[in-house]
Amino acid sequence: MEAIQITELTKQFKDVTAVDRLSLCVHQGELFSLLGVNGAGKTTLIKMLSCLSRPTLGNAYLAGKSILSDGAQVKKMIAVSPQETAVAPHLTALENLELMAGVHGFSKEKTRAKCREMTEQFGLEEILSKRAGKLSGGWQRRLSIAMALITEPQILFLDEPTLGLDVLARSDLWDAIRALKGKITVILTTHYMEEAEALSDRVGIMKSGKLLALGTPEALKKQAGTEKFEEAFIQIIKGDIK
Amino acid sequence: MKMLVFARRNMKEILRDPLNLAFGLGFPVVLLLLLSAIQANIPVSLFEIDSLAPGIAVFGLSFITLFSATLISRDRGSALLQRLYTAPLASRDFILGYTLPLLPLALAQTGVCLMVALALGLEFSWHLLAAILFSLPAALFYIALGLLCGSIFTDKQVGGICGALLTNLSAWLSGIWFDLSLVGGAFEKIAHLLPFVHGVEMGRAVLRGNYAGIFPHMYWVMGYAVLVLLMAVGAFLRQMKRK
Repeated sequence: MEAIQITELTKQFKDVTAVDRLSLCVHQGELFSLLGVNGAGKTTLIKMLSCLSRPTLGNAYLAGKSILSDGAQVKKMIAVSPQETAVAPHLTALENLELMAGVHGFSKEKTRAKCREMTEQFGLEEILSKRAGKLSGGWQRRLSIAMALITEPQILFLDEPTLGLDVLARSDLWDAIRALKGKITVILTTHYMEEAEALSDRVGIMKSGKLLALGTPEALKKQAGTEKFEEAFIQIIKGDIK
Repeated sequence: MKMLVFARRNMKEILRDPLNLAFGLGFPVVLLLLLSAIQANIPVSLFEIDSLAPGIAVFGLSFITLFSATLISRDRGSALLQRLYTAPLASRDFILGYTLPLLPLALAQTGVCLMVALALGLEFSWHLLAAILFSLPAALFYIALGLLCGSIFTDKQVGGICGALLTNLSAWLSGIWFDLSLVGGAFEKIAHLLPFVHGVEMGRAVLRGNYAGIFPHMYWVMGYAVLVLLMAVGAFLRQMKRK
């Protein structure tokens, strides 16, 4: 079974078609990146897949469960790390982790065990008792992803996880994301081409709500006849304009 | 229970904001001390402690609206609520999670007001405990108003509407600072069509042990509480759907 099977998914906002009859398969354990310029429809697509927004047309199945008819089941198997840092500012880092485990119905024992696991995986020891609102942007992002992962999702949506981070914080976060490959399915949206190239198994390039190109970073470079992934992206996007 | 986990988080967020403690507890206590000092020098029957304390207790509850609305509007503005919407929490979990933690806070706030009043000369009686219990309808009204405002307005708008407008309405139209009949006319009629003065009158009646005197004030306060709560639930569900 595919992790995600999208069929003709469409989202219409009055006169604007944010996602236009998009069909796509994402394999289990794959790290799939969605690229596109602003307004391409990436975030809208993620919102539909995570049951935050109802599609106008089409459907998508996450591990066989429909986002239209099995929303509650879908919510149990996904986690979202939104574009902005989504932490409770007056709670400590540990309390933020406990909050996410708690709202997913974990027992006290399991919550404690998962908090320990996430603390080790993301190196959160030094900030565990600090309030999340006082942490640096890098730490907040790291905590935000740990909060998503603590719920043991089968599918993780990372919406621009390294936006606004410095080089070191980004590199640390890349390592953490790389470590997830093969274990869970990750859907990543990013504006950083080097990030998509370094991390992704496959990349989908979106423009005006449509999927323009799909393949591994190498295949896309070959398709565009260029050495650099960024140039391939630009050519694919501009090629559509022509 | 998932809802209780969310409710606990909301309570911590409110209690850990020093401004909330300063306004929610500090301000009503300062008002009690100040008005009691005035009363000591220039006696006014309205500022006698058994009349003043229930008024300040109800006025203090208007800050609960501010806390609740600020928390909800900030959550709506941040990505945290978006994240929580993808968790297996039902809409009732969100509504109860935002409402329930404020009830004990409101009761505690009323309790602190009455304890300070005791120190200022209010006679102890079991009616004090009843006054805390009978503050629940007014507390529910202010909490529901917070849910409503938080679901509609941004955190900046909430500051103006709940922080300035509501607290002023709650102060001027409640008969705490002056006898409404002294102004009379449309002002007095409007004041009696709103729940603030009824909340205060209800508290005063309970504190004096005049339980028959809580009517019809209780009907007004409970009516408003239910109405605003229904509106708040509608507004919250609507913004949840929009998100």
